[in-house]
Amino acid sequence: MSRLKRACWYVVLFAIPYGGVLWVALYNRVEPALFGIPFFYWFQFVWIIVTAIITAAAYLSKV
Amino acid sequence: MNWPALIVFILLFALVTVVGFVAARWRRADLNHINEWGLAGRRFGTVVTWFLLGGDMYTAYTFIAVPALVFGAGAIGFFALPYTLMVYPFVYVIFPRLWSVSHKHGYVTASDFVRGRYDSGLLALVVAITGILATMPYIALQLLGIQVVIAAMGFTSTGLVGDLPLIIAFVILAAFTYTSGLRAPALIAVVKDLLVYIVIIAAVIVIPIQLGGYGHIFAAIPREKLLLKPPAGGNIGVYSAYVTLALGSSFALFLYPHAVNGLLSASGRKIIKRNMALLPAYSLVLALIAFLGYVAVASGVQHDPAFSGWFKQYGADFAVPALLLHSFPAWFAGVGFATIAIGALVPAAIMSIAASNLFTRNIYKEYLKPGATPAQEAGTAKLVSLVVKLGALAFVLVLPGKYAIQLQLLGGVWIIQTLPAVVIGLYTRWLHRWALVLGWLAGMLLGTGMVAAQHFKTSIYPLHVGDLTVPGYAALYSLPVNIGIAIFLTLILRALKSPEGLDQTISTDYEYDTE
Repeated sequence: MSRLKRACWYVVLFAIPYGGVLWVALYNRVEPALFGIPFFYWFQFVWIIVTAIITAAAYLSKV
Repeated sequence: MNWPALIVFILLFALVTVVGFVAARWRRADLNHINEWGLAGRRFGTVVTWFLLGGDMYTAYTFIAVPALVFGAGAIGFFALPYTLMVYPFVYVIFPRLWSVSHKHGYVTASDFVRGRYDSGLLALVVAITGILATMPYIALQLLGIQVVIAAMGFTSTGLVGDLPLIIAFVILAAFTYTSGLRAPALIAVVKDLLVYIVIIAAVIVIPIQLGGYGHIFAAIPREKLLLKPPAGGNIGVYSAYVTLALGSSFALFLYPHAVNGLLSASGRKIIKRNMALLPAYSLVLALIAFLGYVAVASGVQHDPAFSGWFKQYGADFAVPALLLHSFPAWFAGVGFATIAIGALVPAAIMSIAASNLFTRNIYKEYLKPGATPAQEAGTAKLVSLVVKLGALAFVLVLPGKYAIQLQLLGGVWIIQTLPAVVIGLYTRWLHRWALVLGWLAGMLLGTGMVAAQHFKTSIYPLHVGDLTVPGYAALYSLPVNIGIAIFLTLILRALKSPEGLDQTISTDYEYDTE
């Protein structure tokens, strides 16, 4: 795959966490809680980690 | 006076003072050159860039204000999470281009780039002035952060004696910035981060154990604060505020001069990309810092009569200092206070360097002394860095703190107006330089007007769309108007065949140093 094509794929991938955190109604709730932490908080926390992984993958594949 | 805390604080402060001056000898070079003083010779690798950008963005004000917002208002304060989540992919995709073109042409500021790209001194000037205007109150806020922790150690006297600790901290900051330039905050940022990690890890492990676990802490938060208030009665309410604050702030962050300064001091294009994958480590810490706001609620510090005087004076900003005093032995609270104060020094130094780089390159060299040598540039930048800090100090000492906070709210609204010239300019020169100036003007007026309409209390503007009210961040609401006007006027200016100037750059400059 060309570099540009790969770059486009990564932009699509990046759009997923953006969509995840921008759609507030999706996660503005307490249940399911995790270790007593309401969903609202751990959901966003997990997306930070996922985004970092996508960024690292983009870097490693030289996009 | 809290002596154990004060002694630890002074020791740690003395340590970073030494580090700040020793930094002048680190990777030794001629500091009488603006490239060395202001950008540390553009030689920072992955690790130093990581610390520098982290120190740059996660400031004392972050440690104080984010938990304060969570403490006072609840879930909305967590907008910092989606904000820092969205900023790194955005920078990853776009800003390596700014690094490449700047490295190729020796640009020191974003305005330098705009000058070269659009051949317009006026457009570069408005970008520079916007940067300086947005940065000044930000520096003042850092000093406010120091003020809060100094008060927390028991300095209660007013007048000159009360201001003395802040003035001493300021003199130290000014002196090492003057002598060491960007090297000083870069090296101090390493110390700062070690302290941040120690304090935060202690705080999120020790305090929750004292309070009976995370579940208990969240259970202590009133339900209406624990979640965002859902839309009701034709008002989208907090939902749109949350989303637009996060998105607008993520667009604005790397337009700030201090962030650009940090980026341009990196030694390679891939250093920036690598850092965008590594910097989210700070976002995790930020989540924990925000969480401290709830910990403070659960620990009941607001009802402790020992703290009532401070809460009365500093409001929710005292939540974290109170929590440190309440939960830790005095000496460790001193470590926490020193961390916050050092967390103020790093960004304050970088911000003053960035603002003086802008003044020197885009006002002094452009208009006052066109033939300035690099040594004259460095000399001017050093002096201006003092003036900038002195201005911030005077601001904090003379005016009530709320003005700095209000101006900082406006700062984000202002700096985002440079996005079309800088970010769109990295991809295309299609927008006309004069159209960009007028788009900027419209965005500045509209954005400021939106905040003024809220009496400068908030940057959330209740936009009315038909019967619907959509409250949102004024920065994000004014930006499309800026871009729309720029596009519209470009079409007109093109039709009139208005001269577009010469582009200094070519398309391959933007990919420079790509593997």
